[in-house]
Amino acid sequence: MIKSFSLRLPVIAAAVTASLVAAGCGSNSSSGPSGGAAASAPGITSTQILIGSHQPLTGLAAPGYSEIAPAANAYFQYVNAHGGVNGRKIKYTYLDDAYDPSKTTSVVHQLVLQDNVFGIFNGLGTPTHLAVVKYLNASKVPDLFIASGCDCWNNPSAYPYSFGYAIDYVREGKILGTYVKQHFAGKKIGYFYQNDEFGLDGVKGLDMEIPHSQVVSRQGYSLTNVNVGPLVAALKAAGVQVVVSFAVPAFNALFKLAGLKLSYNPTLVASNVGTDPQTLGGLLVAYAKHAGATVNGNQLTQGIITDSYLPTLGNTGNSWIALFKKVHDTYDAKAPFDGNVLYGMAVAYTFVQAMLKAGKNPTRASVVKAIEGGLPQGASVAPFTYSMTDHQGVSGAYIGVIKNGVLVQQGPVWTTDTTPTGPVTPVSGTQPAAPASGMP
Amino acid sequence: MTLLRHLVAAVVAGAVLWAASVQLSAFRDFQMAEVAVYVVAIAGLSMLIGLSGQISLGHGAFMAVGAYTTALLMLHLNWPLWAVFPASAAVTAAAGAVVGLAAARLSGPYLAGATLMLAVALPSLAFQFPGVFGGDQGLSVTVTTPASLGATFPPTRWLAWVCALVTLITLVILANLARSKVGRDWRAIRDDPVAAALSGLNVARLRVLAFIVSAATAGLAGAMLAITTSLVSPGSFTLSLSIALLAGAVLGGLGTLTGALWGALVIVLVPTYVTDVATSHGFSGGVAANIPIAVYGVVLIVVMLLFPYGIQGGLRRLARLFLSTPPTRLGSPGQRQPAGELTEDPNAPYRRPPVSEHQEEGTS
Repeated sequence: MIKSFSLRLPVIAAAVTASLVAAGCGSNSSSGPSGGAAASAPGITSTQILIGSHQPLTGLAAPGYSEIAPAANAYFQYVNAHGGVNGRKIKYTYLDDAYDPSKTTSVVHQLVLQDNVFGIFNGLGTPTHLAVVKYLNASKVPDLFIASGCDCWNNPSAYPYSFGYAIDYVREGKILGTYVKQHFAGKKIGYFYQNDEFGLDGVKGLDMEIPHSQVVSRQGYSLTNVNVGPLVAALKAAGVQVVVSFAVPAFNALFKLAGLKLSYNPTLVASNVGTDPQTLGGLLVAYAKHAGATVNGNQLTQGIITDSYLPTLGNTGNSWIALFKKVHDTYDAKAPFDGNVLYGMAVAYTFVQAMLKAGKNPTRASVVKAIEGGLPQGASVAPFTYSMTDHQGVSGAYIGVIKNGVLVQQGPVWTTDTTPTGPVTPVSGTQPAAPASGMP
Repeated sequence: MTLLRHLVAAVVAGAVLWAASVQLSAFRDFQMAEVAVYVVAIAGLSMLIGLSGQISLGHGAFMAVGAYTTALLMLHLNWPLWAVFPASAAVTAAAGAVVGLAAARLSGPYLAGATLMLAVALPSLAFQFPGVFGGDQGLSVTVTTPASLGATFPPTRWLAWVCALVTLITLVILANLARSKVGRDWRAIRDDPVAAALSGLNVARLRVLAFIVSAATAGLAGAMLAITTSLVSPGSFTLSLSIALLAGAVLGGLGTLTGALWGALVIVLVPTYVTDVATSHGFSGGVAANIPIAVYGVVLIVVMLLFPYGIQGGLRRLARLFLSTPPTRLGSPGQRQPAGELTEDPNAPYRRPPVSEHQEEGTS
């Protein structure tokens, strides 16, 4: 027993010591604010602005979404090559969280505590970002342009440092609902939606516009159950002629294929989240192949009515598309030029605008103040809502139809608020063109 | 006497960890808390496999039970931390009892399959009952640092203290249990269930008990994960978590508590460290993100090739080489044979050579 004791204690002591040595490794990468006079805030030196993000680079959410951060970084490289932000180059460190909230907590702690980033930019995902939003605000770290349309970020009293970017799902629902009300009067409407905050917020917006008596069937799906056949059959049985969908791309594809099986082909009006034509078309082909069938992706997406708050990719005459295509070809040519890449660059552009507005020597407080003072709309088709009391983001979108795998804009850009009585009105004036230099 | 020895070791380790937490940066404190979570989870699983000879691919689900219990108790009832931990362990133990009842009738691949199903199915309950469990977005957990520590006290250090304390208490309990009659009985049913039954041991009851203890431990780990992550959502309890725990247990050395520490260190620190190195060597984000997964795989293969009994088994072998301890002291003959020459009973696929540090106690 005594012998055992003397043997075991050193084992544990050695284990503990080794764990500390291991934990000590790698701490050399902490840089800290050491840039002299120009170091106005953590992560800012006289030559650099260091920002970080959590992104699903691996795992289930990675296909598509993993293109966003490299695209944003491509635009930052363009900015760096053209003088940077007041002479400082942007360094963007995005770490993989595999869409797992516990990993998000871990990498965000690493970015904030070890790498000393100025702020977190475009953190992706609702459940993932919910895991860190309180921590970031308690640590007074700017939490800019979150990549999630949840309106939960728009809470300036609880989250003074957090800002959204994309149009929220209630506004989107109201805009789609107005279109449905105007164009499909008297027809039977059905809802197909994801049974969580995303789908329910969308339905909330739809219900503000579409008369209740017209909605004959409401089918919510759960992300974990891919068998949507019964839901589609229920819509068919209710005689639904127009289906309004708040679904992710995978479930829009499943919906289409289930409809194909039941020879049921209603008009589909769908949220922007689930209708990037390339993503959706690719999924349709892949799923059909899995089931031993061959389909034409473009044929199946033909005629889907959706909305968008960024210019259409196919509109090469648009100055924003031309700018981002140029940046893409120079710095991110390996990625396809699709909706994810467009989004990444658009949000990066807005970030650069915010940093420029935050002053020659930006601080964490000054960037928040700059955004609360309002930002020019940049690449988005409608103005931002940013103010002291509103941290939401884009306020409007246009309706589009997918034709031959490309989104084609129909009519004006619409804007609205999130209240049941707020009207849906066209945005007056045209979107300002991108600056010729490509710099905000 | 055994209890006293473990307590002394735990107090010494606690003092070292306390001193370290004060010296380390806020981020290292956070990593200490993360390592602690995995130490507890892996220790429980490692005991289940290494001592009682049952396998579980569903320990991530038990962690989910503990984590959701913690979140619900703190959210709705405002329970203090000290009460939340035992409550989470108790609820998870109950879940473990239910699974254990089924597990006692299964073995080998059938048990692996049943527990795998648990890992896949249980977290999706959160989607089925979004009103209670918050659906995809989960439930948020807020831990406040005690005001008495001062306003400038780093919150991550408080997390490290709480997690380290829970870990040490858990390890002391597990170490004692492993050396008690129950621990010896588990080894008996692992090595030969028929012989154990003939000697009067209730094999089924012992198997269920092992599942209960292991599940309760996983529940504690889940509670710790809830407070370190500050959010409990289904995305944290995927199948890959269950697999990572199993990999950690095997890497560290099945059936050993020190091995659980090695396994946890590999799981938590290797990805962070490798990502740091990869990004600082100019790999792009996409490539850098996949390197840790590759390195993790390489580490797993190398450790299994060099140390078939895990890191702890390898260290012990090295120590034996250098200290040239007479092999007669070290348990049963199986340990001294190369792995390939073991005479395995095909009916007992999880019968293992005694690699456990606890096993030598049985003979000493």
